[in-house]
Amino acid sequence: MTEMVYGTVRVKAGDPVLPRWWRTVDKWTVACVLLLFGLGLLLGLAASVPLATRNGFPPFHYVERQAVFGLVGMVAMFFCSLLTPDQVRRFGVLGFLFAFVALAFLPVFGSDFGKGAVRWYSLGFASVQPSEFVKPAYVILCAWLMAASQEINGPPGKTASFAVTVVVVGFLAMEPDFGQSALVIFAWGVMYFVAGAPTLILVGVAGLVSGGGVIAYDYSTHFAKRIDSFMSADLNPRTQVGYAINAIQEGGFWGVGVGQGQVKWQLPDAHTDFIIAVAAEEYGTLMVLFVLSLYTTIVVRSLTRLMRERDPFTRIAGTGLACIFGVQALVNVSVAVRLMPAKGMTLPFISYGGSSIIAAGITMGMLLALTRTRPQGDLGQVFKRGR
Amino acid sequence: MIRTPLRPLARILQARAAGENPDAIERENIRLRHEEMRDRSRDQAEGRLLMLGLFFFCAFSAVGARMGLIAVAQPSEPQLASNTGPTIPTDRADIVDRDGRILATNLATYSLYAQPQDMIDPIHVAKALVKIFPDLDQARLVKDFTGDRTFVWIKRTLSPEEMQEVHDIGDPGLLFGPREMRLYPNGHLAAHILGGATFGREGVDSAEIVGVAGIEKQYDGWLRDPANAGRPLRLTIDLRAQAAMREVLDAGMHLMNAKGAAAVLMEAKTGRIVAMTSLPDFDPNNRPVYNPKVKPGDSPLFNRAVQGLYELGSVFKIFDVGEALNLGLVTPKTMIDTKPFRIGGFLIHDFHNYGSKLSVADVIRESSNIGAARIAMMFGGDKQKPFLQSLGLLDPAPVELTAAAGVQPIYPKKWTDVSTTTIAYGHGISVSPLMLATGYASLVNGGMRVYPTLIETAHPRIGPRVVSEKTSAELRSLLRYVVTSGTAEYGRVKGYDVGGKTGTADKPDPQGGYYHDKVISTFASIFPASDPKYVLVTMLDEPTDTSGPVPRRTAGYTAVPVGGEIIRRVAPLLGLRPTIEPADQNAITLARN
Repeated sequence: MTEMVYGTVRVKAGDPVLPRWWRTVDKWTVACVLLLFGLGLLLGLAASVPLATRNGFPPFHYVERQAVFGLVGMVAMFFCSLLTPDQVRRFGVLGFLFAFVALAFLPVFGSDFGKGAVRWYSLGFASVQPSEFVKPAYVILCAWLMAASQEINGPPGKTASFAVTVVVVGFLAMEPDFGQSALVIFAWGVMYFVAGAPTLILVGVAGLVSGGGVIAYDYSTHFAKRIDSFMSADLNPRTQVGYAINAIQEGGFWGVGVGQGQVKWQLPDAHTDFIIAVAAEEYGTLMVLFVLSLYTTIVVRSLTRLMRERDPFTRIAGTGLACIFGVQALVNVSVAVRLMPAKGMTLPFISYGGSSIIAAGITMGMLLALTRTRPQGDLGQVFKRGR
Repeated sequence: MIRTPLRPLARILQARAAGENPDAIERENIRLRHEEMRDRSRDQAEGRLLMLGLFFFCAFSAVGARMGLIAVAQPSEPQLASNTGPTIPTDRADIVDRDGRILATNLATYSLYAQPQDMIDPIHVAKALVKIFPDLDQARLVKDFTGDRTFVWIKRTLSPEEMQEVHDIGDPGLLFGPREMRLYPNGHLAAHILGGATFGREGVDSAEIVGVAGIEKQYDGWLRDPANAGRPLRLTIDLRAQAAMREVLDAGMHLMNAKGAAAVLMEAKTGRIVAMTSLPDFDPNNRPVYNPKVKPGDSPLFNRAVQGLYELGSVFKIFDVGEALNLGLVTPKTMIDTKPFRIGGFLIHDFHNYGSKLSVADVIRESSNIGAARIAMMFGGDKQKPFLQSLGLLDPAPVELTAAAGVQPIYPKKWTDVSTTTIAYGHGISVSPLMLATGYASLVNGGMRVYPTLIETAHPRIGPRVVSEKTSAELRSLLRYVVTSGTAEYGRVKGYDVGGKTGTADKPDPQGGYYHDKVISTFASIFPASDPKYVLVTMLDEPTDTSGPVPRRTAGYTAVPVGGEIIRRVAPLLGLRPTIEPADQNAITLARN
């Protein structure tokens, strides 16, 4: 009767949110991220004790903070991964505006915490590093511009994205933060590459990057010092890299034992840039190899899933996010094993740092949103491959 | 404005004709084209994403592999990278004498430097350092330690005691760097031959040792060459002979009130220099700095035996007579006119009147200038100059010392008749004692030219022939004659059969002419005279023997006794057996039964 009077109950279009999320999200990546977060806390127990001791806090002060920030990051990741690609695009572009304004006002309101580079806003109880948030938002913006340029009668999005890149790199270099600048340029290159860049232009961009590096080397002592210390044939054991290499050797495959490491007492950046050296010393190289395999899994799985994607924006944005995530990890570990000059880049989800872990959560959340399984238009295209 | 073409034109025109909205048709067309483009770009992107995935996989694998390699590598003691870049090679070969006794070696010591930024109490450190090293300037140290400098050298080398005292200051800003230093354990001995060394490029861990003079400089490259694998450089010097020579020469120099002295002991048949001394000398461990106020010829750094060019006087007469004998112009018994004569307005005369005629042997024994000049006039300058050249008296000595290379003997550019006659008795030509020894050795060893050398080699350079065997033998007996009954009677050494020739030359006055109270007195000797093994040239600079009622300066009273004493000391050391003279029969008393 009721039905006859009021009509049938409206059936909601589509599935309930959570089951659909669980069905379509890349569970491997989620598992890897959660493992990384857990390992980050575990390593923080080892690596951040000296910092807490130095600053007069209880030994696990920074682990607690990291756990709080990490939970915020995980929540951010979860909510970002619920978004649709269109929502990702909208929030990403809006987020870019906020983050960029924050970046632009760094020279006025920022603080350098005595480290020689103005990269942080001091909020009293915590500090925020805008460049961490600029990166994922920047990727979304550029992906949008590049995807739009592929539309018939679309805007000149590739040129626009290049202009955005130049401006962002300019602000990052002013801090100075050449590591993040390089990361942004790399992200742009990767996205342009996947968006169908002509090979000739790719070669030209590679030339520009190396030219910029040479100019930075000539005009910035901060930059030149790091490059020089890398190029010199002799490894000075009193540099951070020297300590890191020594720690890796000390650790061997199985490590010297939990809490037995020494390198964390010698390195000022043991809890951030060189946390992998602490891991290698206390838990051994096997632990490091496991961490590396987690990063590899995340990046390679994301990229493979994007291979099936037909939507240009999703594909380009996903590629950009996966690559900045992967490259950041790659650079951080390469520095510790002296394959790259010291850059000051954090290890996502593992290094201590509120901005870093929340931004990594957002990045990973958006990546998960973009790599969710969804119907890919014409089924014939999918079957065509098997022909 | 450029109009966007209407596509597909045919269908749109039809629709227009039918009165339908053509936009839907165009949108449909664009949608289809997008679909097609997306498929195409997906195909392209698929490949590129695969490439990216592979790149990341490879990169992470490479980093992991590198990590594994570092982990399995044997941990090595970290070496502090030195400030100067590549490591400084510090191995420097030893220098030894002919029997392998050490003349120069390296000693591991420590240098002292400061890193003021690590210093706790710079003022106290400066005070304490000055107490240990009185030569340091406290004000300067305080300035260095409190200024902007991050690195200050304080001492190049430390003794262990000094190091302990500095250690006891206990300041973390004072640091020690290992440092090899060159050590000459024999001090002054052979100072001019060895020369000395200093530090070149300096790093915290090591410093380069660079030879600054003598053998150290001449063989700097060889001594530093790692290819020699620590083999020492072997010299022809005999340390014992060198020590004996220096001791006697030093005593003689003081006894004869000379301001300088030099002696060269050379193997007659090979040119190997067994001992060579120049006094005053110096300690190569603490080589004096060049002092521009002292005349270069009087500096202790000056090697009189090699660098000093002197008019040596009558010792040259043997070259004159040697040439005449070799050319067959005279025999030792030929009588020579010794009446004073003029040549080119220049009077040739002797110290004493030796009568109107002397035999060639007596010209040498009495050292007659007139006789020597007359003999020289027999063959003339055209033959004299090449003969002296063949004995090495007109060219720099080819000995292995950097100081020797530029020492060009002084002789007149125009070799006139006057030059010929004065050079016959050793005036108007300046050579070094080493060149004189070379000339004597070449004449008396049987007539083969020798070349002075300090480096021990299996086959020293010898030849060509300069005089015949016969001439050489005649010259030996002439030289023996001078010692047995001539001007060099104080040079007799029992059992060693010494021969020799004296020379007393007035020193040229830089104002012009010659001094009358300053001489160079020389004794060029050979022993044993019958078959000379060694040539010894002893030279005293401005000697005066004041033991008698009148000051005596002639070589017979100054250089000869010193040279004789050197031979007496050195000959047994060199393994020469004294010839046993037959014992006096009367000395034996037969015991009666």
